[in-house]
Amino acid sequence: MPILTSPPSESALVAEQFDDIEQQRDAAKLGMWIFLASEVLFFGGLFLSYTIYRFTYGHVFMETSRRLDVVLGGTNTAVLLVSSLLMAFAVRAAQLDQRRALVRLLLGTALLGCVFMSIKMVEYHKDYVEHLVPGTHFEWTGADPSNAELFFWIYFAMTGLHAIHVTVGIGVLLVLALLASRGKFSGGNYNAIEIGGLYWHFVDVVWVFLFPLLYLVGHR
Amino acid sequence: MKSATEVDLQTEGQMARTHYLNVDLGVKSWLLTTDHKRIGILYLCTILIFFVIASVAAALMRLELLTPQGDLVTSETYNKLFTVHGVLMVWFFLIPSIPAVLGNFVLPMMIGARDVAFPKLNLFSWYLFVAGGALALWSLIRGGVDTGWTFYTPYSTTYANSHVISMAAGVFVAGFSSIITGMNFMTTTHQMRAPGLTWFRLPLFVWSLYATSLILVLATPVLAITLALMSVERFWGVGIFDPKLGGDPVLFQHLFWFYSHPAVYIMILPGMGVISELITCFSRKQIFGYGFVAAASMAIAILGFVVWGHHMFVSSQSVYAGMVFSILSFLVAIPSAIKVFNWTATLHKGSISFQTPMLYALGFIGLFTIGGMTGLFLATLAVDVHVHDSYFVIAHFHYIMVGGMVMAFMGGLHYWWPKITGRLYPEFAGKLAAMITFIGFNLTFFPQFILGYLGMPRRYHAYPPEFQLFNVLSTAGASILGIGYLLPLIYFLWSLKFGRLAGPNPWRATGLEWQTASPPLKHNFKETPIVTGKPYAYSAQEDADLNLATV
Amino acid sequence: MEKVVDPRIYVRTCAALLVLLGLTWAIAYVDLGPFNLIVALAVAITKALIIALFFMHIKGSSRLLHLAAVAGLMWLLILVSLTLSDYFTRGWVPLNH
Repeated sequence: MPILTSPPSESALVAEQFDDIEQQRDAAKLGMWIFLASEVLFFGGLFLSYTIYRFTYGHVFMETSRRLDVVLGGTNTAVLLVSSLLMAFAVRAAQLDQRRALVRLLLGTALLGCVFMSIKMVEYHKDYVEHLVPGTHFEWTGADPSNAELFFWIYFAMTGLHAIHVTVGIGVLLVLALLASRGKFSGGNYNAIEIGGLYWHFVDVVWVFLFPLLYLVGHR
Repeated sequence: MKSATEVDLQTEGQMARTHYLNVDLGVKSWLLTTDHKRIGILYLCTILIFFVIASVAAALMRLELLTPQGDLVTSETYNKLFTVHGVLMVWFFLIPSIPAVLGNFVLPMMIGARDVAFPKLNLFSWYLFVAGGALALWSLIRGGVDTGWTFYTPYSTTYANSHVISMAAGVFVAGFSSIITGMNFMTTTHQMRAPGLTWFRLPLFVWSLYATSLILVLATPVLAITLALMSVERFWGVGIFDPKLGGDPVLFQHLFWFYSHPAVYIMILPGMGVISELITCFSRKQIFGYGFVAAASMAIAILGFVVWGHHMFVSSQSVYAGMVFSILSFLVAIPSAIKVFNWTATLHKGSISFQTPMLYALGFIGLFTIGGMTGLFLATLAVDVHVHDSYFVIAHFHYIMVGGMVMAFMGGLHYWWPKITGRLYPEFAGKLAAMITFIGFNLTFFPQFILGYLGMPRRYHAYPPEFQLFNVLSTAGASILGIGYLLPLIYFLWSLKFGRLAGPNPWRATGLEWQTASPPLKHNFKETPIVTGKPYAYSAQEDADLNLATV
Repeated sequence: MEKVVDPRIYVRTCAALLVLLGLTWAIAYVDLGPFNLIVALAVAITKALIIALFFMHIKGSSRLLHLAAVAGLMWLLILVSLTLSDYFTRGWVPLNH
């Protein structure tokens, strides 16, 4: 029996290891979800550390959490949620062969990602000025300064790792926008947009957990 | 010069005109290849380099241990030797060995596919591996690391004066190589099986690679973040493992072993998969209990994630948690035992021939059983208090890793060598090397069980004089073992030019990979095969007169 | 071709997420003791579920993808729960002074 082939218009879009366009799309989606599962475990080590120390030093964590700027953090959460909306629309635009809308939505998502990063940098600068960065310049006037420093180490580690992922995501979105502007995607083949979207939504989900766990410990 | 007398059952003793090796020539065609078969060979060459370096380290250690005094190297140097041996052997040899070499080569063919799901990512994973290895070698050149392959805090973060961060970075990068490989294999197995190839018609090697890939994808990221946290703490001077901040150094151990215990199953599961292939082929028999063996692979992968605390019984971990981990560790032995029983039952009333791959497979079964049973001693809380950090532990894991895994790798390499190269290795030399390896291995590591039981600690380069006899025996064994590994290197290279042409199926094996030419075409199959039956459709009765070799 | 989602579903999803964000923010100013954590986590999990179902197209996708989506979380649970089993029970054996 001959190798299964796809219709001539589609066969140019199918990589040679795949039999048809559907197999290619299913493989791309599965591959990305498996990668996202590994990313959950990558962040997981930090979530574990946070959990252990929050249970051990709950009171200090409440005090330290109050020093984080909940307005900036909350705004950032909203920024990412709206960016996910734009990303979902971008995938839809790709499905409908709306090239210009696709490019604009990808750029819009990337822009909101940059807004997130800017707000984050403002926050980090604020923390630096207030001597909340762990290390020799750390200052804590409340009780248990060493445990407080532990909280901030975890805060910077978790938000830092997340920020790295956002930055990579922005890069990916810009590349996708460039390829889209050159007509690389169509209603038949937009796998890269779909899986780029999955990655971006994942980054959003991580922040959805980071915000309450870091900024909203206990009550204010 | 003719190779050893091998009855040539294949009349077509010729190679395909163009195959994957000669279809494109030149260095660039290799360095930019996306062919899974070439990538497997790239991995083979790379892991060989690390195996050699790590073996040299082991040789120096065994030379030092000939005498009770620490007189060959300083203790700092000895610490660096066992660290480089562990780091390179675990992450740069054992973990990639069967999956990235044999798995890459054979998996797509076994399922009737033209390649893996993501060939370019496959090539990228090799480059990541090379980059990680380069970082590790850089750390070595700068002076090495003395923390042990386990990088325990607070020594690694605060007190070590060696090049920890670059070594950790090398492992970190190599870790992403293995995550990508695991993701690739899982997607390939789910999406690209040939028509008619249902899950329960898959060869058991595929099941074992799938189970391994599950672990690769879920455990390795935790190692990555743990090494990153350790490195940042070392670099920054403060961190979450630091008691000065209220941190817990044992948290590092939890995170480290959450990966490193499943990692040992990454190392052994593919080996077990190879054994299923070898035992069936060389006893000409259907595997006994196919479903059980497949399920056991998955059970090992999953259960392997809930036993890590057995490395931490004496670390100040709660004794109640210790009890839980101890019970679970007993449980994980069960699926491994099921496999051993099933292989043995497969042999029963089989038509057995003792080709080199079969010798390695039989050796595996015996040595893995010893290694596995001694694991039960270690899982027993009270016994472990006595033998933790002693040579008993070292003997246990070398029985599994070297007596088990490396022998499975050698068996698989010999078995699929004709497929990979189109040539047969010399059978007599193969058998000789297998026997030498078996003898050398046991002489090296059995005395170490006794040493550990008598109380000799690991990672010491000097020891009380009463331990000398067993140490001398162990070193003698190591030199024999070294010969056992050197011989295949020589005759495999020899066979590339002078080996007998193999033909498509020298072993008369079932399996889709044997329906291709040797060496295979670039895209493996001229037409996608259709599968209609179960694997291992051997018949011992029909093949009772089959003479795969005369010696 | 994959099904094209009605854009209103996306908009409603985002609206729900922003409402939940406001909710979790507001509750943070009320002292519920240990329930602050539980409520915050519950809201976060709900938001994550909504993002996965609607933005990431888990709703309507194959069981295999559902499994892949859940697997990472399950394994994270194993990591956290077994490690906590150590930390929670350390104080059960009294130290000899």
